[in-house]
Amino acid sequence: MAAVAERPARPSTEAARSDTVTFRVWRGDASAGEYREYTVALDEGMVVLDVIHRIQATQAGDLAVRWNCKAGKCGSCSAEINGKPRLMCMTRMDTFERGQVITVSPIKTFPLIRDLVTDVSFNFERAKEVPAFKPKAPDPDGKRRMHQEDVDRVQEFHKCIECFLCQNVCHVIRDHEDNKQHFAGPRLFVRLAALEMHPLDTNDRRELLKARAGLGYCNITKCCTEVCPEHIHITDNAIIPLKERVVTEFYDPVAWLARKLTGRDRRRGIVE
Amino acid sequence: MASESHETHEYDVVIIGAGGAGLRAAIEASAAGVKTALICKSLLGKAHTVMAEGGIAAALGNVWPEDNWKVHFRDTMRGGKMLNNWRMAQIHAQESPDRVLELEEWGALFDRTKDGLILQRDFGGHRYARLAHVGDRTGLEMIRTLQQHAVHKGIDVFMECNIQRLLKDGHKIAGAFGYWRESGGFVLFKAKAIVLATGGIGRSWKVTSNSWECTGDGIALALNAGAELIDMEMVQFHPTGMIWPPSVRGLLVTEGVRGDGGTLRNNSGERFMFRYIPEFFKAETADNETEADAWYTDKANNRRTPDLLPRDEVARAINAEAKAGRGSPHGGVFLDIASRRPADYIMKRLPSMYHQFMELAGVDITKEAMEIGPTCHYAMGGVRVDADTTATDVPGLFAAGEVAAGLHGANRLGGNSLSDLVVFGRRAGQYAAAYAKALRAQPLVDAGEVEQVARELLVPLTSHGGDNAYAIHAQLQECMQNNVGLIRVENEMIEALDVIASLKRRLPNVTVAGGRHYNPGWHLALDLQNMLAVSEACTRAALARKESRGGHTRDDFPSTDERFAMVNVVVRARDGELTLSDEPLPEMPDELKALFEEAH
Ligand SMILES: Cc1cc2nc3c(=O)[nH]c(=O)nc-3n(C[C@H](O)[C@H](O)[C@H](O)COP(=O)(O)OP(=O)(O)OC[C@H]3O[C@@H](n4cnc5c(N)ncnc54)[C@H](O)[C@@H]3O)c2cc1C
Ligand code: SF4
Ligand code: SF4
Ligand code: FES
Repeated sequence: MAAVAERPARPSTEAARSDTVTFRVWRGDASAGEYREYTVALDEGMVVLDVIHRIQATQAGDLAVRWNCKAGKCGSCSAEINGKPRLMCMTRMDTFERGQVITVSPIKTFPLIRDLVTDVSFNFERAKEVPAFKPKAPDPDGKRRMHQEDVDRVQEFHKCIECFLCQNVCHVIRDHEDNKQHFAGPRLFVRLAALEMHPLDTNDRRELLKARAGLGYCNITKCCTEVCPEHIHITDNAIIPLKERVVTEFYDPVAWLARKLTGRDRRRGIVE
Repeated sequence: MASESHETHEYDVVIIGAGGAGLRAAIEASAAGVKTALICKSLLGKAHTVMAEGGIAAALGNVWPEDNWKVHFRDTMRGGKMLNNWRMAQIHAQESPDRVLELEEWGALFDRTKDGLILQRDFGGHRYARLAHVGDRTGLEMIRTLQQHAVHKGIDVFMECNIQRLLKDGHKIAGAFGYWRESGGFVLFKAKAIVLATGGIGRSWKVTSNSWECTGDGIALALNAGAELIDMEMVQFHPTGMIWPPSVRGLLVTEGVRGDGGTLRNNSGERFMFRYIPEFFKAETADNETEADAWYTDKANNRRTPDLLPRDEVARAINAEAKAGRGSPHGGVFLDIASRRPADYIMKRLPSMYHQFMELAGVDITKEAMEIGPTCHYAMGGVRVDADTTATDVPGLFAAGEVAAGLHGANRLGGNSLSDLVVFGRRAGQYAAAYAKALRAQPLVDAGEVEQVARELLVPLTSHGGDNAYAIHAQLQECMQNNVGLIRVENEMIEALDVIASLKRRLPNVTVAGGRHYNPGWHLALDLQNMLAVSEACTRAALARKESRGGHTRDDFPSTDERFAMVNVVVRARDGELTLSDEPLPEMPDELKALFEEAH
C-alpha cells in the first residue's frame, strides 16, 4: 500500500532521469569521427548491447555494430566500454552507477571500419599459417581413445570464442603496429597450445613457434588473461608451457618426438 | 551508373552459409576438386551453429551398446510424428556416427567415457543416451573444428557478404548476387552449382533463441528461384528459453539440463509433466517419479522421464501450466537442477548455462531453480530436397542444414540438427560438385537482370517515405509471436496475413539514414523482405494444415487428423504469388515400417 501512495509523489523529472541512460558512442570511420551522445530508456536487466540496439532502432539506424548470439558465445560484440575491453552482450547496465554517462568505443588494436566495427582480418590471416591438426593412427580396433583428464586442459583452450579481446589488449601489437608482422598474439598462442597439447596430434610446429609466431615478444604481463571472457588461463596454461617447449624441444628433437608419440609431456604433469 | 557497378567472381560451386552445413559442404566440394567459394553474412565461425549447446546425435553405442541406427531412425520418425521424409531419416541415422568420428579425426575433443571413448548424453525423444557433446558448448567445438579444417583446404571465404538473389540461365542455376556489408559494394558470383546453407528463420518472432542472421534468406532465395518449400507450418518452440529479465527473454536453456537430471516444476513445486504424457508416448514414458529418476542410470528396467518428452509436448505442457495460473512469477515455469544434482556436477556438465544465468539474470543455477518458457527455436520446414542428393527441383540448386526440410517432419529431436548439418552438408557438397563437373559450359548470367537487382537493392537508401525498418521489424515480430506462435487459431492467422500484407506495402517507404558503408539499417531493410516472405509462407501453410501435429498446434483443430497424416503442405511462388498444395509423403518400404510394429 505504502508503495502505491509514494509513487505519484515522486517528481516526474527524477523518474524520467532514473529510467534513462546516456551513452557516448564513437561514430565515424578511418578518415574521421567523434563521440556522439544518445539518451534512451532503460529497462531492467539490460546489457550494453541492448542499449546500442535501442539507439539503433530509435535514433541512429546506421550505427554499425557486430553481434550474433547475445549470450557471450560467439565473440562478435567486443568493444571498449569506459575504456575497458568487454563483450557488450555480457556487460550488464546495473554494474554501472545510475546516471553515469557510458562511453563505448571500438577496440583499438585493429583498423576501424565504421563506428564500433573494426577490421579483424589480421587474426584470420594468422590462423591460416598454423600447421593443421594431424592425428596419429587409431587404436587397432579402429577407435580412438583419450582420457578425460588428458582432454580437460585442451578443452580449456577450445572454449575460445575468438572475441579477440586478448589480441586487443596485448601491448605488443596494441602499441606497435609493426609487430603485427612478427607476432601472432595470445589468441593464436591459445590455438597453438590446443594443437600442441592435443593427445592425438603429430604435426611439427616448432619452426612456427620459435620464429614466425613471435612467442619471444611476450613478456607475460597477463593482460590477455585478465580480459578473456571465457576465463582461459592464457598465460599460465598456454603461453608459458609453449615457451618452455620452444626452449627444450627446438634443441632436443628427441623430447619433441617422445611427446608426439605418447601424447604426453615428459617434463610437465598432465594437469597444469 | 557507377553506384550499380559490381565485382565478379567465377566458381564451380558456391556455398551460401558457413554454419555447420555450409562448412561441411565446402570441405566436401573442395575435396572433389572443384573451385569452391564459401559465403557468409558474419565473420567466419560466428554462424548460428556456434550457439548450439547440448550435443550431436549419433548412434555410436558407446554408452548403450543396444543403440543402433534403427533405434535412432525410429526415434527420429516418432519424434517427427511420422511426417518425416523416411529416406532422409534413414540416411541421417546411418551416417551420423561416421560424421561424428570424422569430426574427432579433424581435432574435435568430445567429452569421454571411462574407457576413453566419446561420451553420450540423454536428450528428449532419444531412447538411449546418444548425444556426443562437449559440456554445453558442442556447437562451438563443431564450428571451430570445421572452420579450421576448411581453412587448410584453400577454400575461398567471403565473409560479411550478403547474397540477395539467385540468378538463372533458363531453368538452371547460373549465379548469385549480393553486397559486401563493409563497403556496400555489389558482388556477382557466377556459379555452376549453388548450395543453400543459410540456417533458420527465428528472427520473425519476438521471443526467439535465434541470432540476427536467422532471417530465412535461403528460403526466400529458393522461393524466388522457383524451388518448392514444404512443412513451413512446422516451427519448433523450444520449451526452455530464459524469460527474465526481459532483455534475455528467449535465450536458450539447453535441453541438456533435463538430460542431466533437471526437472520441470510449477509454482507449487509439482513435477507436472507426469500429467501431460500423450497416448502416443505412454508405453515408453515413466508415470511416476521413482521410475523416472531411476531411468537416468538404468534404462533397461525403467521408462524415460516425461521431462524428456519431445519438445512440442513439453512446450505445450508449460504453456498450459502457466495459463492455468500455476506458473512462475514472469509467466513461465521452473526448471530445477539445483535440488537434484551436486553443484560441482552442474558446473562440469553445464558451465555455460551456469555462466549465462549468473551473469545475465543473477541466478545461481546450482542453488536456485531457473525460470523458463517456450522460445521460437527451429524451422523444421524449408526447401524441399531430394533425400539422397539434397538437390532442389531447380537444376544446380542444393540445400542442406536448417534451411532444408524433410528430415525432422513435424518436430525435431534435440541433437538431430548438428548431425543433420554434417550428414547432409557433406552430401550437398558431394552432389553439387558432381553436378558442376558434369555441366559442360558455365551457365550465362543475364546482365540486364543483374542491373535490375542492383537498382532494387538501393531503393531503401534513396526512398523518402520516412518509414523505419526497425519499427516494421518489431511489428512483424509482435504479429508472428501473437498470431502464429505455439498455439494457433484461424482468425488470428488471417489477421497475421493482413498485417504481413500491410507491412509489405510499407517496405518501399522505408528510409535509411547514412550511406552504403557498413549500414545495419540498410541491411535490415533488405532482410525484411525475406522475413516477410517467410512469415507469409509459414502462416499460409499453418492455415492449410487443419489439425495439430508436432510443432503445429491449432486451438480450433486440437487433434491429429488422418487426412493430414501422410501429406506435406507444399508452397511455391508463381508470378509473385504463393500457391499451396497438399502432396503425399514418399512411401516407406515395408522393412522399415516393420520397425514401428516391433515392441520398442
Ligand atoms: C541456442 C541454440 C542451441 C542449439 N543447440 C543445439 C544442439 O545442442 N544440438 C543440435 O543438434 N542443434 C542445436 N541447435 C540448432 C542448431 O544449432 C541449428 O539448427 C544449426 O546450427 C543450423 O546450422 P546451419 O549450418 O543450417 O545454419 P547456421 O549455423 O545458422 O548458418 C547459416 C549461415 O548462413 C549464412 N547466411 C544466411 N543468409 C545469408 C545470405 N543471405 N548471404 C550470405 N550468407 C548467409 C550465415 O551468415 C551463416 O554463416 C541449437 C540452436 C540454438 C539457437
Ligand atoms: S601476457 Fe604476453 S600475450 Fe598476453 S598480453 Fe602480455 S605480452 Fe601479450
Ligand atoms: S582467448 Fe579469450 S580473449 Fe582471446 S580470443 Fe579467445 S576467448 Fe577471446
Ligand atoms: S553477441 Fe555473441 S558474444 Fe556478444
